Formats: sequence, C-alpha cells, structure tokens
Amino acid sequence: MEGLLPELEVIRKDFPILERQLAGGFPLVYLDSANTSQKPQVVIDTMVDHLERHNANISRAMHQLGSESTEAFEAARDRVAAFIKAPSRDEVIFTKNATEALNMVANTLAWATAELSIGEGDEVVITEMEHHSNIVPWQLLTERKGATLRWFGLTEDGRLDLSNIDELITERTKVVSLTWVSNMLGTINPVAEIAARAHAVGAIVVVDASQAAPQLPIDVVASGADILVFTGHKVVGPTGIGVLWGRREVLESLPPFHGGGEMIETVKMARSTYAGIPHKFEAGTPPIIEAIGLGAAVDYLDHIGLDAIHAHEQAVTGYALEGLASVPGVRILGPLDAASRGGAISFELADVHPHDIAQVLDSRGIAVRAGHHCAKPAHARFGVQASTRMSSYLYTTPAEIDALVESLNYTRSYFKVS
Amino acid sequence: MDLDSLYQEIILDHYKHPHHAGLRDPFEAEVHHVNPTCGDEVTLRVHVAGDKVEDVSYDALGCSISQASASVMTDLLIGKSVEEAMQIHQTFLELMQGKGQVEPDEDVLEDGIAFAGVAKFPARVKCALLSWMAWKDATSQSLRSENS
Repeated sequence: MEGLLPELEVIRKDFPILERQLAGGFPLVYLDSANTSQKPQVVIDTMVDHLERHNANISRAMHQLGSESTEAFEAARDRVAAFIKAPSRDEVIFTKNATEALNMVANTLAWATAELSIGEGDEVVITEMEHHSNIVPWQLLTERKGATLRWFGLTEDGRLDLSNIDELITERTKVVSLTWVSNMLGTINPVAEIAARAHAVGAIVVVDASQAAPQLPIDVVASGADILVFTGHKVVGPTGIGVLWGRREVLESLPPFHGGGEMIETVKMARSTYAGIPHKFEAGTPPIIEAIGLGAAVDYLDHIGLDAIHAHEQAVTGYALEGLASVPGVRILGPLDAASRGGAISFELADVHPHDIAQVLDSRGIAVRAGHHCAKPAHARFGVQASTRMSSYLYTTPAEIDALVESLNYTRSYFKVS
Repeated sequence: MDLDSLYQEIILDHYKHPHHAGLRDPFEAEVHHVNPTCGDEVTLRVHVAGDKVEDVSYDALGCSISQASASVMTDLLIGKSVEEAMQIHQTFLELMQGKGQVEPDEDVLEDGIAFAGVAKFPARVKCALLSWMAWKDATSQSLRSENS
C-alpha cells in the first residue's frame, strides 16, 4: 500500500503496549489514538531516567540535580518550539492539557484591557464542529462579559460552511477560535484562509491543534494562528502536559492568570511585578517529568517526520474508508475523501448502538470510542445521538483495519441485523 | 470476555420489542435524564394514583442495555404500589452495584435477572440504571407535588 511508513514493523516495536494480549487471547488492535496515543519506549525511558537520576524541582534549586532538572525541562521547551516551528522558545508555555490552555486564553481575555478587551457588542466566533473544550470556555467568556457567541455551521459532508464568512467575521469580532482537525468528523479546516479574514477585521485567531499536532506538520506562523494549543498525550507523550503557543505580542498583552511562584519578578505585600513570557503563565511547580516526556515524544515524531506520518495516516484512513463502506448499514460522518481529513473516522452502523458495537469489538481486542466524543453539537448537526469512532496513528496497520471491518460484520450477525 | 453473559436473549428481545414505550397521558411528573459520559437520554413520565403506579411511559435514546432496562422496568413496576415498586427498585440497584457477586431473585426481578451479567461490566452499569434513576426521580417529584 502506497504511503505506509516503510519501517512500520520497526515502529510498532517501539510501542511495548502493542504486544498486549487481551481477554480471550486477542491481540490488542488499538484504534483509539484520537482519544489518546500510545507511548514509545523512548518516552517511557526518558521519564523513568529523569525520575531515577535527575529528579529535583526546577529553576529554584541551587544544586546539581536542580540544574540538571531545569536544563532537561527547558530543553523540552526547545524541542516543542522546534516541533511547531515557533519563532521563539519563549512563546511556548506548558499547561496541563489543551483544555487548560483554551481556558487560560478565554480567562485572560476576560481580564485583558485595551485592544484585547472583550465586552458588550463584541463577538467571539467558533464552529459547530468544536470539541466541548473549545465551546464552553467561550460560552463562559461571552456570558460573563455580555459579548455574543457566534459560530460557523457545517455542510452535509462535514466541512465548515464558509458561505457566510463575511457576515460572521466582522469588525465586531474579537476572537475566532477553531479546531484545525475535527476530533469527530476528521475534517481538516482551512485555518489560514479563515485567519486571514479574521486578521483583516482585527480579531485574534485561536487554533485548537489537539488533533492536528499528531498528524500534520505544524508551522505556527504559516498557520495564521495567534494562539495555538495542543495536548501532549495525543502526540505519543504523557498525560498531564499540554502546550499553549502564542505570538509574543499577544502573550505580552494578556494579563497573568495563575498567580504564584515562578511567574513573578518581585513580590511585595502591596503588589507584585511579573516575569516575562513564558514564566508569566507558568505559576507553581509544573509537571516537570511530563514536559520532559513530551520533549522526547515530539523528538520521536520529528525523527520519523510529520510528512511521512501524515502520508501514513492518509493511506490507512483511505483504506479504512473503503473497508467501512463495504460493511452493510455503515454511514460515515464527515468527508469521504482521505485527502481532506485526519485519521479519526466516526460512523454509524444501522440498528446497532455505538456502545453495543464498541462492546463487541472490545470482546475481540479492538479498542474504539463510542459516544459523543465531546462533540455533542456536531453530532446534533447530523441528527446523531452517538457514534462509533475508529482512529489510527503511525503504528496502525492495514491488517488492523481488516480486523475492524471483519468484527463489524460479526457485530451485525451478533445482533441479528438483517 | 463473555459477551453472551452481557447480551442475554431476554435483553435483546426487550431491545428489539420494547414494552410500554412512548410518552402517554395522564402523568403527574416528567423527567429527562442523561448519561453525560455517553449521551444516552431518557424522557420518562409517571402516573401515580393514590399509592399505585398506574403508568410509566418513556422515550429513550441509547444502547441495547439502557433501552431493554427501561422496558423491563415498566413491566415490573406498572400496577405495583409505590412502596412495592421502590423495593423492586432497591433490589435492582443492589444487583447492578453488586459487581456480579449478587445472586438475582427471579421472583422479584423476573426478566430483570437477565441484567445480572451487566453488573460484571462496570462501564455498562450506568446504562442499565438510567431509566430506573429517572423513574425514582419522577416518582419522588409526583409524591412531593401531591403532598404540597
């Protein structure tokens, strides 16, 4: 199959969990990477090594371990900056996850003054295909500030409906926040095109790259984003660590969020002054081991190459779209051509509920997600209450897609679907 | 993993041919319950006259377990006294929370014993309990409004 990673079998050996046998002696077929990715040995080893040999708090310990730990943590920042082609390492802020990053943006905007301030008459524009974490923070912000929340609708084939972009993004728009790749529909959105329109009216652009960072080469400047966030655990890194990248001018204009250690310049009882970026937004002891693990993770992906990973995802996704279409009663939600979508495919199977599908697949070692995937509005748009989602990654083989397709046919027979 | 212990024939029968489905009048209370993790939903009405469960009607969206459970529940509760119904509710709750260790009492639970296998699948217990929790909530509301 064209496009597959040439070293696929070697790559699979990097991920120890892929050797798991599940109940009934079934080998693990992990098709839930859009939920969380598996971790290569190098990430596990890097984290264990740090805990075993270098553990200390960062930036405040004047001993050898302290400086080793600080160095490793800041080196992880350098690696992440390289991964997303950030113009400056100072623009990379570590957060707990993408959700925290988006909430930090929405909440600092609530306190922002001058150009970034948001109030009555101002508008925030999102899309109907957002993950709940890119909807609710903006609902909270606009409700609290008396601003208005608006959104792009979706076309029948699961793309953003841009036909009314000039009515949606206007001089009233202060923020446009959208996902680069949909976690439910798989759609890859034209971020740069929308960003250009947003910038023309003076709005800032926030991009949720949680599903994009694992599978597309990212160049934050070329993307058009002013702020871009993603989570570590979907890019073969650990949980508990996320990234908020922002253009220096935007980050410097935003007020601090968490107050505490590390984010200050000096503290007096009456008032304090604040550190520059990135430390201004990193109060308290951060998830040190997790950040170092993330550094190893993005290094691993860069070593394989995001272009190659993207090609692999497209090949597997194309094969999966064909395979799913061969199962009677399957309806795929989202674009049907692999070229314009990511590796997450949500679908319905007539007369079998997603939970029941996931349960039968699980009994055969196949891990998928069933439910609304934290995208209830996108499901509602297509009149669907829940769906089943398979999501591949760089370690997914065509044979695993075959196993999925075969098991979906088995599921139909198990539930006696005629 | 024993799928057949989860998907007993009785459950699949109720799923394909649910009893007492649909929303009916009269009713004293209507509730809407959602399982936030998976999005399963039920709208459920109760009609209580005196101390008798005259009718339980529902409109449910969800998996086979949640749908079948609503169907079995209406079979068990309609026509019982509120007190008896509450006892059956408690017995079903204990079965579902018993991690598969509780021996079901067929005299009390009838078709409900088919859910004994569900108790071994922690992720599915909430599915089985959705409509039961909705019924209890609706019944409490109807009793409160009667007393006020």
